[in-house]
Amino acid sequence: MLDMIFAAFRETLYMVFWSTIFSILLGVIPAVILTLTAPDGLKPNKAIYEALSLVVNIFRSFPFIILLVILIPFTRFIVGKAIGTTAMIVPLTISAVPYVARLFENSLRETDPGVIEAARSFGASDAQIITRVYFKESVPRLVNNVIMLVISLIGYSAMAGTVGGGGVGDVAIRYGYQRYNTSYLVVCSLILIVFVQLVQMLGNYLYKKLS
Amino acid sequence: MVDILNVSKRFGDLEVLKDITIHIADREIYGIIGQSGAGKSTLLRCINGLEDYQSGEIVVNGVKVNKKDEKALHELQRTMGMIFQNFNLLERLDVYDNVALPMKFWGIDTKTPEAKEKIEGLVRMVGLEEKLHARPRELSGGQKQRVAIARALVLDPKILLCDEATSALDPAITRGILDLLQQINKELGITIIVVTHQMEVVKQICRRVAFIKDGRVLAEGRPEELFVKPEKDVKKFLQSDSNLLPAEGINIQLFFTDKTDEPIITMMARELNINFSICWGKLEDFRSSVYGSLVINVKEEDRDNVLAYLNRVGVAWEVL
Repeated sequence: MLDMIFAAFRETLYMVFWSTIFSILLGVIPAVILTLTAPDGLKPNKAIYEALSLVVNIFRSFPFIILLVILIPFTRFIVGKAIGTTAMIVPLTISAVPYVARLFENSLRETDPGVIEAARSFGASDAQIITRVYFKESVPRLVNNVIMLVISLIGYSAMAGTVGGGGVGDVAIRYGYQRYNTSYLVVCSLILIVFVQLVQMLGNYLYKKLS
Repeated sequence: MVDILNVSKRFGDLEVLKDITIHIADREIYGIIGQSGAGKSTLLRCINGLEDYQSGEIVVNGVKVNKKDEKALHELQRTMGMIFQNFNLLERLDVYDNVALPMKFWGIDTKTPEAKEKIEGLVRMVGLEEKLHARPRELSGGQKQRVAIARALVLDPKILLCDEATSALDPAITRGILDLLQQINKELGITIIVVTHQMEVVKQICRRVAFIKDGRVLAEGRPEELFVKPEKDVKKFLQSDSNLLPAEGINIQLFFTDKTDEPIITMMARELNINFSICWGKLEDFRSSVYGSLVINVKEEDRDNVLAYLNRVGVAWEVL
């Protein structure tokens, strides 16, 4: 049993790790556009901001299980197949991108407007203000966001079973819940509880250290 | 040199600057004073292009401040350092890196020995060499403003713009910051433009001052002139306690400069052989000189005699 659960845990790590990376890479772009075009941004633009905001909201309100099914053709196009652990990374990433966009936007916009004005007064370009001021000042908040992202991806990855993706959550549902095998359920749950706890502790430590 | 010529600016329907004309000479410390909302901070922001204006023109060292010409504006901003009421330091950078930041914006290598010497020299000049690697949160308000001053000087500006730079500080700390600004003005020859609502600031360091109300310059001149015979709105701003004066008789306010050596009050009483009461008095400290003002209450029938006497001895007066 333990061997199987450990193998599943490795799958969970694999899915969560890559979907975290990809969703951050893809989510940063809309986050920056939202920050720039927001009413208090460097290039306020109501039309772009509202339109992008709407798209983000639409994607965020999709139930994950439905997104996962809808995305099957797209996943097949990207990965070459629609089932398995690797295929699972696609819907996980797509569901997390708008989440990252919104979280990062909020964190970036918390930057003290006075500091941004100071940078402008020294002749900084918009790109420099984004990297050297917005991102630099927001690092602790962004780290917090990534921790929240990882934890929610751990939760979503439990649905990977639907597409044969494996992982701890999948084992817990198939072996523990559906086959009434309480010990699987308990061990899997414990592993997830401990894992989430560790991630959160790491996050708190980094936040303190960075701010 | 900063020339502000007939500048007007509006936010939508709200006219915040109305036909403002001010000339500021090189190496001058110039004050712009007024209540909050008078438009003085907006004017300062127009000078370095943080804000645009609709008509008139602002010329800094021969170059017009024009937000449409981004490249020229950019170069111009390099010659103008700015400090703020809330210091606006980056919380996650230490003192050294905060001071170095504008250099990074301009692609200047901050790792070279010269750059290091320059940054450390400025930190030393503002008296914070012990705090070189402290974060802003470990510093007091006055220390943060000193870091901001060092940061504003790192690109060797010709002009330093101060936006309510001492408004968040207590009087003793304010004094220290003002001394530092004077030192910078003298030693580095930097023109300083100070926007403030604190009369104390203007009195202590400014050579000339403009009083702004509702987006208009109501008075301009040396601070002591503004004080000695204040225009109606300036007086209201200075909040003299003249409403506590007696209702009977004539109240006359006398203005003394440090050139007034004679004991005028007692001389006048003796010479005119009259009695009067002293109602209110105040001494004001302007940079190195002291100016005073005194309100006396005389009887109706003595009025003309007293005024003639004051004119004769050359004391400025005003009937309240």
